[in-house]
Amino acid sequence: MSMLAADIPYWGQSLLRVLGGLVAVLLPAGAIVYLFLFKMMSFMQSRLGPMEAGPYGSMQLLAEVGKWMQKEDLAPEAADHRIFKMAPLIVLLSTFLLVVVIPFGPDAFFTNFSVGIFYGLAVASVSVLGILIAGWASANKYSLLGGLRAAGQLIAYELPMVLATLGVVIQAGSMNLQDIVVSQNTGEIFGFGGLGNPFILTQFIGFLIFMIAVQAELTQAPFDMPIAESEIVSGYMTEYSGFRFLIFFIAEFATAGVFALIASVLFLGGWGVPFQWFGWDSINDVDNWMNVAGPLIMFTKMMLLTFIIMWVRFSSPRFREDQLQTFAWKILIPLALANTAITAILKVAF
Amino acid sequence: MTDLSDRQQLSYIASQAADARLNVELETEGMTLNLGPQHPATHGTLRIICRLDGEQVVWAEPSCGYMHRGYEKLTEVRTFPQVTSLINRIDWLGSFANEVPFILAAEKLMEIEAPPRAQVIRTILFELSRIANVSLFLGDLGVQMGAITPVFIAFRDREYVLNLIEGATGGRFHPNFDRIGGLKDDLPAGWIDETRQVMVKLREFCDIIEDLLFGNEIFQSRTRGIGIIPADIAKDYGLSGANLRASGVDYDLRRDDEIALAWDKADFKVWTHPDGDSFARCWVRLQETRESCKIVEQLLDQIPAGPVMTKVPRIIKVPEGEAWVSTENPLGVMGYYVVSKGDLGPFRVKIRSASFNNISIVPWALKGVYVPDVVTILASLYFILGDIDR
Repeated sequence: MSMLAADIPYWGQSLLRVLGGLVAVLLPAGAIVYLFLFKMMSFMQSRLGPMEAGPYGSMQLLAEVGKWMQKEDLAPEAADHRIFKMAPLIVLLSTFLLVVVIPFGPDAFFTNFSVGIFYGLAVASVSVLGILIAGWASANKYSLLGGLRAAGQLIAYELPMVLATLGVVIQAGSMNLQDIVVSQNTGEIFGFGGLGNPFILTQFIGFLIFMIAVQAELTQAPFDMPIAESEIVSGYMTEYSGFRFLIFFIAEFATAGVFALIASVLFLGGWGVPFQWFGWDSINDVDNWMNVAGPLIMFTKMMLLTFIIMWVRFSSPRFREDQLQTFAWKILIPLALANTAITAILKVAF
Repeated sequence: MTDLSDRQQLSYIASQAADARLNVELETEGMTLNLGPQHPATHGTLRIICRLDGEQVVWAEPSCGYMHRGYEKLTEVRTFPQVTSLINRIDWLGSFANEVPFILAAEKLMEIEAPPRAQVIRTILFELSRIANVSLFLGDLGVQMGAITPVFIAFRDREYVLNLIEGATGGRFHPNFDRIGGLKDDLPAGWIDETRQVMVKLREFCDIIEDLLFGNEIFQSRTRGIGIIPADIAKDYGLSGANLRASGVDYDLRRDDEIALAWDKADFKVWTHPDGDSFARCWVRLQETRESCKIVEQLLDQIPAGPVMTKVPRIIKVPEGEAWVSTENPLGVMGYYVVSKGDLGPFRVKIRSASFNNISIVPWALKGVYVPDVVTILASLYFILGDIDR
């Protein structure tokens, strides 16, 4: 706890945290957009993607941001202007609030919150509010349909997500994300601690449900009915352009990154390596270099998970709204409930 | 067949429910959704007025004419050879196929016939334009349902066909190659071998699309049992092409009509599907692309020697009379009713384009479906805006 707490005055800490938050949200977003949206998608579709701006088009995103910033701040005449302008900020806000609880190392975190995952799942659904009011305030029929679809879908998939997390919480015995990381890396599978116990092994069904729910929460294909650009023309984003669309755009990919971070904390062992490797017994023994290595490990795991998210996104068509509701309520939620129950029974039994 | 009738019953019940909802006394205020004229699902400027109750369409009507270019009238002030450059812009994805029936009608009036070599090459180019047209449909199908990858594969592989058409005619989209009495030019050297290679690639493309799209469970759940058009309804509305065959009606002018082209020299199967739903329409088109590859490959071996142009006067005057010629175009039956008064140009031309009839079923087919299905049904009905608004 020494690195951030002792030497630096409070205002300095706060500044560091704000900067750290910006980096933790925007860096993954930029990396995801360039590597996956621009390049991986292009290669999957037998084309090159952006090649002109910077080497291999690596500055393309900056060029796009520059273009969006120059555009006029447009709002439809019939729109509810104040709310219309607020909506993208609410969506982005939810991403920033979400990243606050994620631990990146033994001391590298923004806040060590005892009910971190509870808080995380709660603020994750703030974005629904932003999307719903964006759809309503646009005074556009497509936006309204998109906003309503988004609200229905996000609420439906919140539930399996929470239930999938519950299995992890039961197994770790804590809602604190730091504790969940530690319990995975100190854990043992049948007395073998060389791998730790990343919950993806023991909670594999939970992991699958969580990733499917993340896919739906992010409204990525095959769950992109709320933004379905071929029928309701990007749904709640229809009327947004320029800077405000940019915020939606950043929020979409930043949230993908943050959800991948949460998934890697919950299921892949977070920032840690199995503590047995270095002879650590608890979090207090962990060497200080993990504060540097931890974020890098997290970034790697995040890219791995977002790769899967984007892979599915680029290769599947979309479900119909009623089909994805059926999928959530009739398959995912019962499965997640069963998973939770079995986990609880096994926890008591062993 | 049993679950088919169940599905038909379901869609019937849905449309009845939609009707009933309009008639109840305490009608909630619905929403009128204008799909178009500027909308990604309409491939151009078609406007579909949907009356919605929630997300269910209770009433829909296509409103066309936003891109009307007046071709029927324009042909009257042009000479016969000039008309082809106009009419190959009707269905712009398979443009060579648009020229053929008009030229055949003019030839019928003049009582001449193209030499056999020209007829076979015409048929090959006709089928190539069908492949170019339908392969784009197969890719676009994915986009309408949110899968963005197939369309790029379709664009990539369609390019091979367009290169072939360009190699033979000089024009990628608008060849303007067909002449009264034959063709403008003979095939360039090496074209036949290249075409054989491209046909292999296109078969691979069909396999990829079948794998990527038709085998996908989400795609199937989005298209199977959606937008069912029974055979008698399809006939009543004058549907043609794959839309009609997907309803189980075995009707293909390439086989059933005596057209002065070379289809009778090729051995091909006319695919039909009993279901009549969106999936059937897409599937029939996929199979037709394969059959077209087969036809082209067979005809490449059978190109006879000889001229590609018969003797026609330098200034073409078509004798007085009336002629109707229709062919099985990529989108369906396309026909020209040409009236000539013995002048340089036609006196009157009536164009029967397939898409115009095909979208006439939209009010029937969209009743009671959900908004996402509107897009899949429209995509599977497959229209080209130029073919609707001539």
